[in-house]
Amino acid sequence: MRKLFTAIALFGFVFVNAQTTTFQVNGAPDNNHNYYAFTNVKLYVDYQTIIENATLLIKDGKVVQAAATVIIPKGTVVMDMKGKSIYPSFIDPYTTYGMPEIKKAPWQPGPQMENNNKGAYNWNQAIKPETDAIKLFSADNKSAEEMRKMGFGTVLTFNKDGIARGSAALVMLGKDKENNMVVNDKAAAMYSFEKGSSTQDYPSSLMGSIALLRQTYYDALWYNGLIDKEEYNIALDAFNKLQQLPQIFETTDKFSAVRADKVGDEFKVQYIIKGSGNEYQRMDDIKLTNAKFILPLNFPMAYDVEDPVDALMVTLTEMKHWEMAPLNPSAFEKNFIPFAFTTADLKEKKDFWKNLRKAIEYGLTEKAALKALTFTPAELLNASTKIGSLKVGMLANFIITSGNIFDEKCIVYQNWVAGEQYIINALDIIDVRGNYDLLVSNNAKLNLKIEGDVEKPKAIIQLNDTTKISVNLSLTNSIISLNYNLKDEKGVIRLTGSVKETPVSFSGKGQLGNGDWINWKANLTSAFVTSTVKKDSTKKQMPTLDDVLYPFNAYGSTKLDSSFFQKFMNRWNALIIKNVTVWTNEQEGILQNKDVMITDGKIVRIGDNLEVPKTVKALIIDGTGKHLTAGIIDEHSHIAISNGVNEGTQSSSAEVRIGDVVFPDDINIYRQLAGGVTAIQQLHGSANAIGGQSSLVKLKWGASADEMKIKGADGFIKFALGENVKQANWGDFNTVRFPQTRMGVEQVYYDYFTRAKEYQKQWDAYKGLSPKDKTNAKMPRKDLDLETVSEILNNKRFITCHSYVQSEINMLMHVGDSMGFKVNTFTHILEGYKVGDKMKQHGVSASTFSDWWAYKFEVYDAIPQNAAIMYALGLNVCINSDDAEMARRLNQEAGKVVKYGNVPQVDAFKMITLNPAKALHLDNKTGSIKVGKDADVVLWSDNPLSVFAKVEKTIIEGVVYFDIVKDLELREQIKKERARLIQKMLMEKNGGAPTQKPTPKKPKMYHCEDLENYGDMFSEDLHEEEEQH
Amino acid sequence: MKTLNYITLFIFATTIAVAQKPVPAPKQTKSVLIKNATAHIGNGQVIQNSYIGFKDGKITLVADATSSKIDVSKFDVTVDAMGKHVYPGFIAANSTLGLVEIGAVRSTNDVQEVGKIIPNVRSLIAYNTDSKIIPTVRTNGVLTAQVCPRGGRISGTSSIFSLDGWNWEDAVLKKDDGVHLSWPAMVTRGGWWAEPGPVEKNKNYDNEVSDLKKFFTDAKAYSENEKVDEKNLRMEAMRGIFSGTQILYIRANGMKEISESIFFAKKMGVKKIVIIGGRDAWMVTDILKESNVSVIINRIHDLPDRPEDDYDLVFKLPAMLQKAGVLFCLDNSGDMEQIHTRNLPFMAGTAVGFGLSKEDAVASITLNAAKILGVDAQCGSLEQGKDATLFISVGDALDVISNNVTHAFIQGKTIDLQNEQTEMYNRYMKKYGK
Repeated sequence: MRKLFTAIALFGFVFVNAQTTTFQVNGAPDNNHNYYAFTNVKLYVDYQTIIENATLLIKDGKVVQAAATVIIPKGTVVMDMKGKSIYPSFIDPYTTYGMPEIKKAPWQPGPQMENNNKGAYNWNQAIKPETDAIKLFSADNKSAEEMRKMGFGTVLTFNKDGIARGSAALVMLGKDKENNMVVNDKAAAMYSFEKGSSTQDYPSSLMGSIALLRQTYYDALWYNGLIDKEEYNIALDAFNKLQQLPQIFETTDKFSAVRADKVGDEFKVQYIIKGSGNEYQRMDDIKLTNAKFILPLNFPMAYDVEDPVDALMVTLTEMKHWEMAPLNPSAFEKNFIPFAFTTADLKEKKDFWKNLRKAIEYGLTEKAALKALTFTPAELLNASTKIGSLKVGMLANFIITSGNIFDEKCIVYQNWVAGEQYIINALDIIDVRGNYDLLVSNNAKLNLKIEGDVEKPKAIIQLNDTTKISVNLSLTNSIISLNYNLKDEKGVIRLTGSVKETPVSFSGKGQLGNGDWINWKANLTSAFVTSTVKKDSTKKQMPTLDDVLYPFNAYGSTKLDSSFFQKFMNRWNALIIKNVTVWTNEQEGILQNKDVMITDGKIVRIGDNLEVPKTVKALIIDGTGKHLTAGIIDEHSHIAISNGVNEGTQSSSAEVRIGDVVFPDDINIYRQLAGGVTAIQQLHGSANAIGGQSSLVKLKWGASADEMKIKGADGFIKFALGENVKQANWGDFNTVRFPQTRMGVEQVYYDYFTRAKEYQKQWDAYKGLSPKDKTNAKMPRKDLDLETVSEILNNKRFITCHSYVQSEINMLMHVGDSMGFKVNTFTHILEGYKVGDKMKQHGVSASTFSDWWAYKFEVYDAIPQNAAIMYALGLNVCINSDDAEMARRLNQEAGKVVKYGNVPQVDAFKMITLNPAKALHLDNKTGSIKVGKDADVVLWSDNPLSVFAKVEKTIIEGVVYFDIVKDLELREQIKKERARLIQKMLMEKNGGAPTQKPTPKKPKMYHCEDLENYGDMFSEDLHEEEEQH
Repeated sequence: MKTLNYITLFIFATTIAVAQKPVPAPKQTKSVLIKNATAHIGNGQVIQNSYIGFKDGKITLVADATSSKIDVSKFDVTVDAMGKHVYPGFIAANSTLGLVEIGAVRSTNDVQEVGKIIPNVRSLIAYNTDSKIIPTVRTNGVLTAQVCPRGGRISGTSSIFSLDGWNWEDAVLKKDDGVHLSWPAMVTRGGWWAEPGPVEKNKNYDNEVSDLKKFFTDAKAYSENEKVDEKNLRMEAMRGIFSGTQILYIRANGMKEISESIFFAKKMGVKKIVIIGGRDAWMVTDILKESNVSVIINRIHDLPDRPEDDYDLVFKLPAMLQKAGVLFCLDNSGDMEQIHTRNLPFMAGTAVGFGLSKEDAVASITLNAAKILGVDAQCGSLEQGKDATLFISVGDALDVISNNVTHAFIQGKTIDLQNEQTEMYNRYMKKYGK
């Protein structure tokens, strides 16, 4: 039997599993209904059921029997698999196998407002749920072979393009016709936040993608409810039909996994999330999604850090991720979150097994790994009755291995797909790897080393510690040939001989350079040690989840040390700042030598010589000679936002929400804490008349996006006027979008508010119907854009309007008066001083720059006395930043109001604390030092309006998030941690592992006018103007 | 009596002025004595109670009022500045004042000429004395500015101006003081401003450097020949760099770029080298000192490059260079740099918050700037024989809450401290009856 099998292997015969087919056969059909039995095998029926000495019996591509004792029918091809193992073949639930290349149409100047695809498709080019992978699928044996070699038998494949990407097909990796490879033509529906090949402008930001997806769900719901379809929409039709399938969402980082899940929650969809590999950095939030995950094994290479200056370009985040990424799968296992593995995102597919073994080294159990390769992907795709295990009646998709698949030395011999055999390695392949004494003729012993893969061994001769000679080696069955040149008088020496097993040895004939024939032999001296990185005999210090920094950035801390997590650890239950000058922002003004006591995040007492009750564990801070103020509130910020602050592709983008894209890892949070900022309004940009919804957050460094958001805060929205809105400085191509003049801006508002009123009327009418009438009536379409605008009319959402010139400021107040809303805040408002009296009458707050002007024509009349004049008129005046750097010096900016307009210091300081709190409707919680308010306070070394003043402590809700002494400790920790990681990387490099060149990462600083083109793979040099505000 | 008169006249003259833009001042005809002010000399010294006198545009007297006997009547005008501070005029190195009026309006933009190696292009003749921005800068004590072309590899030649004058000929303090070279970056970034691509090593770096090497070698040889066959305007403009009458300003920020550019310039025979930018200068202080190269530090109101950097790395850079003994001054180049020139004193003030002594901070925008720009014989400190370019502030001029300039003099000329913005302020306060 053994010989027969070898012969088959040699001549490349395969067992063909013929099926009944609609296809014509050329010549006699080669149908084969033989049984095949694999006996004496260690059989993994599934990831947790192992039968020793079992028999697997298959016929017609299906499992007939898988048990310890099997009666083998007559006419069975029996293969003795003694010592071998059989596993169900693996399933990759996230591939583009056999899919066409995605091409993007070349960039065209000017905006593209609609879908360029002709036909009854969706309005947006990135929504293409009608894409049907099975119709695009064309088997590709080269890729299939690569996957089969790794042990895969089945993959999910789909067209990776767009936000709604259509259906995916579950196919097998055989060579047979596509028709015979399909397990399920519609196995899942696919989504992402990336618009892919769409050339349409909308969406240009991540928040735009999220809003578009949300609106698509509502549109599909509405479309479903249409009685007679007055609109036919291929996309919405398909979208609805796909809903019963497993829904798979691709994400590109840990925060987007949470974002995707939240969208799903709104529509009662539980996505299966295709992760990115950094989920371990926020495991608590990942767990809360309740999602099952598909995980890549894309562990980064070590960085080349040999040049200490270049190495500065590698961030701590990158270094730590390099070290910790292999921990990701085990983090899921430890948290009981089901997951499958995919080969997606790997630069080199062959790294899959190397990385999986690394993950196991980092604590993933082999059982969980096997489950993630077999059972879980089958289950995720509702295919566990067909694939993922080897139970009776299931597809005969399995691999034959030399032993434990997770063992580095394991050899995969065969991969059977639907009963069809694919040989990967000959069963009787001899592992010749190892160290040998090579004896050629009567010469001295040479040290021959054979390494590399079993099927492709490589050889060298190690002359001494530093010199090695390369050897050309070829191995065919039991014949080995070696060629080498010792650079001596003998010239190239050519040897050929036969291989003997246990232990391996070679012997045979050879010819020297001079033509003399000689005898040679080589005897094994030591066995091959796998892995190029030498295993330490001592147990390696592996990172654990306890080493994760919150946030995962420089100046982040482990949970044990993090200020944010401290509050749960009850380290202190009170905090007292003693003998300090208190800028109360209340009627008392500035109080000298007072004590301020904080408990449970609130200011509880302000007084003299406060005593600490003995039951209270208090942190006592000496404030002698120092100043304590309310925390700075930046009314106009664009920090801590992921992938774009502007969805400026349409005149209104009221549907987008900054709250969807809060980015808690932004280093600017920490830097601004160091400038005394405790809360910010994260604003949409100013590229369109009606921008997006704001998010109000406190700068709780280390917290999650949800934890940063201020609970119960009112909703705000960005409006904008003037040059940005009319695209005045966007170059010659952008002359199409309405409006292009200030005249048009007014009309945008009248248009939207008029439509919002109509919209509301429709809904009010519908909601007023009796339940019975409702069933017959048509439900209005939910329009998130108009719905948001109508919230303004209902006093549920408040406007912060970017504005400069008096005419337009006046205009918007008039629009408000006639449409029935108030403008809450004019932000920037550099000509506010010209119409301050009118603003006072309207009751609007003013949030301005202290001294910016002349950066564009509409601010040529701006003056640094603007704040002072508006203050003199009794307006609520704030000073804002719109700039990640200046935000950390807002105290100096408030100081300029004293300089240019002689505003009293106490009132100038309110412009960055209490007044923005008022403008943001937060003054009942924060903005002053008053008993009962949130303990959002800052300790300064000097008069806080002075340029000489430094922040010593920034406290939010009683937690110290910045401490100038702790900062020094953190610097030292960062230095040490980087040094440790650099040493580790250097070791890795010296160990022969590949490394990547460092490239500097300059994080994007957003200003008002910045446009992002999220998901756009082909960025164009559209605009080269400087950043504007 | 005279004191009172002087101030009254001064205020009267400005309030009746109808023109929005201040009129350039006439030459000093009357000698002036400022007495009792705290004088910040600019060289690190302070005279708590001082006499500062000047005549015909030059400082004639700097003395301690507590120990010197002065015949006050010798001066035509006396300003009693008791409790106030007097400073040499602040100097804005590496500015673009007068070359750009409104950033986003192309027609008002004269800062960047076409071409890669154009040392012959001169800011001198484009400097707009009538820019509305200039008076707002003077109001905060900045009275002198180096005005520089930008862009390209060798951007052109700068000049230094007093911030008062009818035209550029009138205003110029030093013509064509130096040539500006942007050292090629070792790393570059693709993409566009809203969506920056990945930053990569500059593949053209070696080519860029060898282009520079060729030009410098040719220009050096050319400069050694007094009678050339045919004039080459570009090489002609480089003569001063090799003879030492002009400075080579090299814009470089990275540690490697700074050291490489200095070695390059030395090797090419450049006599005077100044680094502009210098973000990583703290790493190469030894090289800077050995090569006798000073640094114009770019705007310190800026974020650190890397997330790991100390949050205050840029704020404390001046203190680090001071401690290391490197000669430096501050500039304000960057986003909206023309209008922010008036914030130069507050950058020096910020450096004080982060370790620089107050008088060193004053020096960083006065005498040190003058030394670096090669105009210290004329200005930069309150010393006898120098131009009477100085001002009086009610409080500490480095702090926003106390910078309040009441008098300013450029080469002895009495400067109108009003500007269009103060005029608008008055106009609207009047409208509102405040």
